[in-house]
Amino acid sequence: MVTRRAGLGHALAFAALGPALLGAGPARAQTVLTVAAYPAVDEIVRAAVPQWKKLQPTVEIKVVSRQFADHHTAMTTALSTSFYLPDVMAVEVGYVGRFAQGGGLEDLSREPYGIARFRSRFVPYAYDQATARGGAVIAAPADIGPGTLLYRADIVARAGITEAELTRSWDSYVAAGVRIKAATSAYLMPHARDMKDIVIRTGIQPGEGLYFDDQSRVLVTSPRFVRAFELARDVRRHKLDAKVSAWSNEWSEAFKRGTLVSQFSGAWLAGHLSNWLAPETAGRWRAAQLPDGAFAAYGGTFFAIPRGSPVANKSLAWQFIQLLTLQRDQQLAAFKSQDAFPALLETFDDPFFEQPLPFLGGQPARLLWRDAARRIAAVDVHKQDSFASEVIDTELDKVLDRGKDIAVALADAHRLLTKRARR
Amino acid sequence: MRPPASLSLSPRWAPYVLISPFLVLFLVFGVGPLLFSLFLAFQTWEPTAGLQAMEYVGLGNFAFALQDEWFWKSLGNTGWLAVASGVPQHLVAIPLAVFIHTSFKHLRDGVIGAYFLPYITSTVAIAILFSSLFSTDYGLVNVGLGALFGGEPIDWLGAPENIKPAIAMIVFWRYVGFNVVLYLAALQTIPKDLYEAATMDGAGRLQQFFYITLPSLKPMIFFGVTLSVIGGLQLFEEPFILTGGRGGSDQAGMTTAIYLYRMAFDFNDFGAASAMSWLLFLVVALLTWLTNRAFAPRKGSA
Repeated sequence: MVTRRAGLGHALAFAALGPALLGAGPARAQTVLTVAAYPAVDEIVRAAVPQWKKLQPTVEIKVVSRQFADHHTAMTTALSTSFYLPDVMAVEVGYVGRFAQGGGLEDLSREPYGIARFRSRFVPYAYDQATARGGAVIAAPADIGPGTLLYRADIVARAGITEAELTRSWDSYVAAGVRIKAATSAYLMPHARDMKDIVIRTGIQPGEGLYFDDQSRVLVTSPRFVRAFELARDVRRHKLDAKVSAWSNEWSEAFKRGTLVSQFSGAWLAGHLSNWLAPETAGRWRAAQLPDGAFAAYGGTFFAIPRGSPVANKSLAWQFIQLLTLQRDQQLAAFKSQDAFPALLETFDDPFFEQPLPFLGGQPARLLWRDAARRIAAVDVHKQDSFASEVIDTELDKVLDRGKDIAVALADAHRLLTKRARR
Repeated sequence: MRPPASLSLSPRWAPYVLISPFLVLFLVFGVGPLLFSLFLAFQTWEPTAGLQAMEYVGLGNFAFALQDEWFWKSLGNTGWLAVASGVPQHLVAIPLAVFIHTSFKHLRDGVIGAYFLPYITSTVAIAILFSSLFSTDYGLVNVGLGALFGGEPIDWLGAPENIKPAIAMIVFWRYVGFNVVLYLAALQTIPKDLYEAATMDGAGRLQQFFYITLPSLKPMIFFGVTLSVIGGLQLFEEPFILTGGRGGSDQAGMTTAIYLYRMAFDFNDFGAASAMSWLLFLVVALLTWLTNRAFAPRKGSA
């Protein structure tokens, strides 16, 4: 049934496209393509307009920009009611899985889009993230967030620690933290939760998601979670975490004062640190691959076409998305101006990657992140993921603050999630 | 100049036409969503799939809600907060109103205004202000406590055992002025001669308070308590902002209203969220009825 409706949509798209392409006549109302986006992405879209005008001089681009959470709430509402749907929708990776389940976005692997023929040009894991379980590709990857370990080289060196000790294994990382704390009294990480968050993302088997497998079986009592909880508890027991959450005032203050030595994050955090979080610490930071050979993604942007948006604009919308995602120049421009790490592989040979980053003491860190981008694997999403993450965070709090037994905590989480898994 | 007869309203229809703006708005924004949520409570729905994606599940959502540990946890939180913030409101507001009523002459309006101000201030502004007051390391509350008693700074909004008292304090502070105004209005209706007669009979101020003021205030106490019960059970904004919209560590500040909001908008389960909102409505209705019973004049007494 979905097939038939989609097929009908495409037929209409072609029928409507004729006039749109011929529409140079003076009397015709101008075609406007609405693009809904959130900060930074909206700038990238606006910057692409001059190039777009060369392709489609008569088609205007209207950017509707909202704050990050508002944008996704508005898109959810628009998809549920089919009112005020944009022609092109920016979607952050955290919402891609959720929107994929609803089937409110065009499957770009079908004609007339046929994104599959461009598959080899995208960073593999980003393309996989946009691919739903049934094989539908509901969005085109625009930028990615390869995970990295940012650390204060000066403080680490003062404690006599090498980068290899930081990254060799999780145990070695925690042991390094203990020595850093003893020598400099600086914290290893913002919150023990961060340790759990990264470790549960490593060693995921094929067919598994973060919390559920493809049969909706709950995975939270697996060794991956036990290990993550144990490491987080070690971090807390040695008082290695500052107990601050990302983006809080205390967090940015800790970066400024140098009381926080390392952070797992997307590569983009280096840009935020340099621009506003702690510009005065320039030159003292370095980037490394995540410890223990882990590779993880932190964020990423996609562009999608809502199924319910005006049929006449769909081909134009796809053309605009191709401009944003498949044009080397556009991808590089977004990288240079907004730190949007490209999802397009053919940008990877650009000399920009080799440039030294002054904030990281002249380290050409983009090479590191480029390598990581190729090695990250996509994780299957489940519709109860956001509830599961809340439950796991809560149980971890109990382990950290009240000394709850890890096996009991994970069993409690398992019980709660089993009830939800099939809702 | 008279308008043409065709434009004039017949007296028969005029009232309906004049009242229609309210009715239309009320139907669209009041009754409409209400009925829709009742409908939704019996459906399962993936919202991003569009309106046609709803599926009837009978009482499934209600069964799920009643078996959901977090729903009960949120009801427990709500009850705790309603009692801890509601009861002191009235215990403080009544004596305070009497004190203002008897002791202030010229400054009276100013004092009432000062107590009423929190009530008319934006909740968001209040919550943001208090979250900085309650900040562990830099907050004024801990600085004050540290200066007075010393000791470790208290993690007000991070530690689960402290979140509820912090929220209750704010809700109390916010609504006590509103109740003072209610009771002041009621105090003005108590005839002065009652107090004069009591004074003649040798009743002290305390006796006057317990035997004249309090019984005369009973209808207003009923009104005030009913508002507190309803407001307390629907508590949302203050804990929502103070806990960053998540309900706090161990969901200690997660009221039922926050939980059902999160069920819908964070956990994407609009059906269960609607069912929970109707269950919450039943609780509110039941407690309001019980309040009514508690304050009803006893049969046989004058």
